[in-house]
Amino acid sequence: MNQSSLSGMWRAMVSRDLTLAMRRRADVLTTLFFFIIVVSLFPLGVSPEMELLRSIAPGVIWVAALLASMLSLGRLFSDDFQDGTLEQMLLLPQPLSVLVLAKVFAHWLVSGLPLVLLSPLLGMQLGLDSDGIVLMMVTLLLGTPVLSLIGAVGAALTLGVRGGGVLVSLLVLPLYIPVLIFGTGAVDAATSGMDYEGHLSLLGAFLVLSVVLTPLGTAAALRISVE
Amino acid sequence: MVSENAIAWYHFSSPKNFYPLAGRLIPWFWGLAVILLVVGLYMSFFVAPTDYKQGESYRIIFVHVPAAWMSMFIYLVMAAYAIIGLTWKLRMAEMMASALAPTGAMFTFLALWTGAFWGKPTWGAYWVWDARLTSELILLFLYIGYMSLQSAIDDPRRAARASALLAIVGVINLPVIYWSVKWWNTLHQGASVSPTMAPKMASIMITTMLVMTFAFWMYTIAVVLMRARRVILERERQTSWVMEMVNADPQAEMKK
Repeated sequence: MNQSSLSGMWRAMVSRDLTLAMRRRADVLTTLFFFIIVVSLFPLGVSPEMELLRSIAPGVIWVAALLASMLSLGRLFSDDFQDGTLEQMLLLPQPLSVLVLAKVFAHWLVSGLPLVLLSPLLGMQLGLDSDGIVLMMVTLLLGTPVLSLIGAVGAALTLGVRGGGVLVSLLVLPLYIPVLIFGTGAVDAATSGMDYEGHLSLLGAFLVLSVVLTPLGTAAALRISVE
Repeated sequence: MVSENAIAWYHFSSPKNFYPLAGRLIPWFWGLAVILLVVGLYMSFFVAPTDYKQGESYRIIFVHVPAAWMSMFIYLVMAAYAIIGLTWKLRMAEMMASALAPTGAMFTFLALWTGAFWGKPTWGAYWVWDARLTSELILLFLYIGYMSLQSAIDDPRRAARASALLAIVGVINLPVIYWSVKWWNTLHQGASVSPTMAPKMASIMITTMLVMTFAFWMYTIAVVLMRARRVILERERQTSWVMEMVNADPQAEMKK
């Protein structure tokens, strides 16, 4: 496989998926508003006291990000599966795992990146200081791609399955736990004056590992689901 | 020698040959399970000494620890069958993987439940967010995800292969999850009470625990073989050998 055909396929795939997402902006915005609403419910449910909110802020924002990124997983392959595009993609000469990576990247651009960009606003609502907010953004920047990559395996496995939307949460949420632990751990460590670089390194390691491994799993899952 | 073994392996990897073999083996494993369970329970109630610190309540350890061991061991075996099933497309391995899941989930639940009953008298709470408890709970979630995926897909072949892939993803993630939960726990809780911090156990307690573990193991094999036979009948019902067997003597099959 020569280099140009791979990168050409990558670019075509990413721009196609971005175009499709831009033509259906409501889908993207729904996930974003879901993220905001879930976070806003916590002060109402727990307490408006800033001291308490500040201590639970990293966990609340991260859990909301987990749920929001899971909600958007359904869109990842289902449209292509329903209109038969996915079968054509499986027949491409380029490796399926690279194609999957391109799709996940495009998906992260419209569903993960906006969460990262919105998080400072929510951090301020919950009383995080500026250092905490910056660190929150960094952890989300490293962590949300991992969520999309792991979620892609679940989305591929539940393709066309009845009740797939709820099912995918059951499969994927337990696998998200390490990212949640180290994402919130970094912010917690920083606010209590401890070293947080270890957390960030581990999140980076998760990202590298999942970029390498999960596309293979997703490709295998797609072949199982489509054949 | 090698080729003979290989032939035997292939012979019994076909559901048609596996079915009668499993039928012959099941009573033996049941027998072993019952004997070991009676011996193990007798030892845990009457032979093992009373703990000087925890009194009689510690005796639940003889159910709790073997159940926790089995819950992890069964997940590993399930993932191994899943890998064999996906790599060599062996239907029997797929069926064994799916037959193992309910028993694994049962042991995970048993470990959590007995843990709660043990935690109340010793720690003063049914549940604490200890690293072991939390990762056992996550293991239960993984089992439930595996079984839900399998039951949600109608096509049995696709269901078996999709859930096999999920089991493999889960087994790769399991060490990461366990290790991060443990790390999270030490950061949040400081020194928590943990069963490993108990004083060195008497060797009779270890022996009892091992007897109970073997009892659970034999029980698992017996139950899983029974379940595998049922799965074979269900998935191979259109094949001639199943039809012949069922039509020839429907009553006998029902009774088995």
